[in-house]
Amino acid sequence: MKPARKQRLLVVVFIVVIASLVVGLLSYALRENINLFYTPSQVAAGQAPGNTQIRVGGMVVVDSLERASDSLDSSFLVSDGAATLRIHYSGILPDLFAEDEAAVATGTLGDDGVFVAQQVLAKHDEEYTPPEVADAMQQAIDNKAKASTAAKGAYE
Amino acid sequence: MWQWFHKLGSPRWFYHLSSKFLPWLALASVVLIVTGVVWGLAFAPQDARQGNSFRIIYIHVPASFLALAGYYVMAAAGAVGMIWKIKLADMVMVAAAPLGAALTFIALFTGAIWGKPTWGTYWIWDARITSMLVLLFLYIGIIALSRSFSTRETSARACAILALVGTVNIPIIYKSVDWWYTLHQPATIKLTGAPSMHPDMFKPLLVMILGFYCFYALVLLLNTRTEILQRERRTTWVKELAAGK
Repeated sequence: MKPARKQRLLVVVFIVVIASLVVGLLSYALRENINLFYTPSQVAAGQAPGNTQIRVGGMVVVDSLERASDSLDSSFLVSDGAATLRIHYSGILPDLFAEDEAAVATGTLGDDGVFVAQQVLAKHDEEYTPPEVADAMQQAIDNKAKASTAAKGAYE
Repeated sequence: MWQWFHKLGSPRWFYHLSSKFLPWLALASVVLIVTGVVWGLAFAPQDARQGNSFRIIYIHVPASFLALAGYYVMAAAGAVGMIWKIKLADMVMVAAAPLGAALTFIALFTGAIWGKPTWGTYWIWDARITSMLVLLFLYIGIIALSRSFSTRETSARACAILALVGTVNIPIIYKSVDWWYTLHQPATIKLTGAPSMHPDMFKPLLVMILGFYCFYALVLLLNTRTEILQRERRTTWVKELAAGK
């Protein structure tokens, strides 16, 4: 390779390396700000600021959703496996909102440790399955659960 | 090898060679995209949770793929033009910018339409969506920059530098869903391992991605050819071509 070309090649490499370094350090410094939401663990550890608008996210705990019969008020728990957080919301929940699915809520954390949401968004996963396959999978899980409880019963 | 490389750098030679590929690329993109659209929209099963609204994936994912891959094409062309001073590479870089911008816009737009029924919002400033918006601005910046200089050489160098700096954004877009908490779900199609999607749904998506690749190549060639004719309009071979000889 001619020296002039080699020098220009070095310039190209230099540009890419320096740009990566700058952006890498920037996003490392801002990593907490880039996160869209706080997890229930972070809230429990007191890392989330109170009385200001923030977002929290996690899995909606099974059997935790309570809806008021005379209004749009609802209340549910979100969890990240380590901690849970109660969320109150008044409004229409998105179609894909469900228990055992992830949700992201925007609102404020009160002094009582309850999160009052102004907006609740559903976060779906990256898996796509046809309804029949999903049904069959659910059936298999149910059958397995039934079989294991039956087996337990037989031993006792 | 080097002789071939320099021969390819001749706009005239490239113009004639590319005309042989055009009909095949056009045929492949039409066949693949029509097959993929009909298969994906009419025959693929609906999703258990999202119902029919998941079908927008058949446009959203291929457009996003090519928006990212197209950026590397543009930046690589910029680097080749900068190092070897090949004019054709500069033309490819300029031709790739509007195409990439259009694909990025399609990805963002279909994403917004998809977000409303599933997430409950058209837009959220999470890492994936924001970095994708930055990509759109990078493409638009290169289009604007390529037209802001009076000499071609300065323009090409400025665009190449911006394109190279912007390459940093591509891995960020790709990995954003793994590095930070986002509303956008992680990748369905993985580099290693099986896609987390039923094969009946995945096959039409694969056809669409292939179709979009062919379409991208086709439009990039057409844009580059236009750029060649525009820049070489004073040469004898273009004049002869225009005169129909």
